[in-house]
Amino acid sequence: MAQAQAQTPHATTEAHGGAHADVGFPPLKTETFAGQLVWLAITFVLLYVLLSRLVLPRLGGILEHRRATIAKDLDDAAAMKQRAEDAGLAYETALSEARGRAQALAQETRSKLAAESDAKRKVLEADLGTRLAEAEATIQAKKIQAMSNVRGIAADTATAIVERLTGKAPSAQAIDAALDHVKA
Amino acid sequence: MASPIEQFQIKPIIPAIGFTNSSLFMIGAAALIVGGLMFASRKRAVVPGRSQSVAEMLHEFVAGTLKDATGQEGMKFFPLVFSLFMFVLTANLLGMIPGFFTVTSHVIVTFALAMLVISTIVIYGFMKHGTHFLGLFVPSGVPGWLLPFIVVIEIISFLSRPISLSLRLFANMLAGHIALKVFAGFVVSLLAAGGAVAFLAPLPLVMAVALMAFEFLVAFLQAYVFTVLTCIYLNDALHPGH
Repeated sequence: MAQAQAQTPHATTEAHGGAHADVGFPPLKTETFAGQLVWLAITFVLLYVLLSRLVLPRLGGILEHRRATIAKDLDDAAAMKQRAEDAGLAYETALSEARGRAQALAQETRSKLAAESDAKRKVLEADLGTRLAEAEATIQAKKIQAMSNVRGIAADTATAIVERLTGKAPSAQAIDAALDHVKA
Repeated sequence: MASPIEQFQIKPIIPAIGFTNSSLFMIGAAALIVGGLMFASRKRAVVPGRSQSVAEMLHEFVAGTLKDATGQEGMKFFPLVFSLFMFVLTANLLGMIPGFFTVTSHVIVTFALAMLVISTIVIYGFMKHGTHFLGLFVPSGVPGWLLPFIVVIEIISFLSRPISLSLRLFANMLAGHIALKVFAGFVVSLLAAGGAVAFLAPLPLVMAVALMAFEFLVAFLQAYVFTVLTCIYLNDALHPGH
């Protein structure tokens, strides 16, 4: 069968005469069916086995490996992002803590310095107060002294003037009385 | 000049074992698929090169088509569906090379592939669901008096599946190659006629070029259609209840 079918197409091709006896429609020539089916079965079984055992596991493995790699990388990235965020948060906390401490410290220093300067000022004020009081007392004393001196000078002057005018010294009582009169 | 159907002639190469040009191109297609995919994936790179991208695209394309139609449980048929798609696609595309034989232009080949699909569905369907698989022919929500007619129609539709599946692929490949050959033949005939008629020769040439592009589309599309229908039919085996 196969032998017979082997010859005929060759003959047509070589003769190059399309209108030969062998002009059946090739896809409907039932005598070629068995051969095609056998070879299709061989080929397709071979193809199926090779693809399912060799090629597809390999391709699937590549795709699976890529998926796993990408997923792992994404997870790593997410973890790192989380860590970075945590670090950022810790930094913020530390910063605000430090800022608070610095403020407290500054406040403390400021109040301490204020208290110190306050105390110093108070001491100074007290000192100045005493000195002022002293100075005032001195002035008062000097004034009293001066005032008593004025009376003496006035008496002397009055005595001298009266002596010069009248030629004789007035009595001390008269001078005193006159001074009291003037003073009043 | 050879007739348009001369290209479908089965020619023996090694008559002793019935090895013909058809067998040669079947083996060639299978070798090309396995060799090509193995070569493309040889580096197993995480970041794929060009050839590996193509291999992965084919893998994910078929896997996506199957998963869309049948869900995750249909993935056990993935090697079968992938083999079918790659075999039909490669056979169709190999046939586009001038002088090459088109394996899928023979109805017995496409019918055998269709029967492979249908018998897989029937055998798996009965193995998994037992007689419940026959529920495939009894749609739910049909009034009682209509049921006998519906069941008959469903059975006829089921039986016509392998026929439509195989004839669609076969007829598309056959008709496309005949049309190409006819238009290419016009170019030669017009030129041979000589004189003013020879100036008309570019017209069928343009047609032949356009048809060539169209046939490449058909070669891919028919492989895809065959695969999609296979997936849809497989879904019936997995979920026979309508």
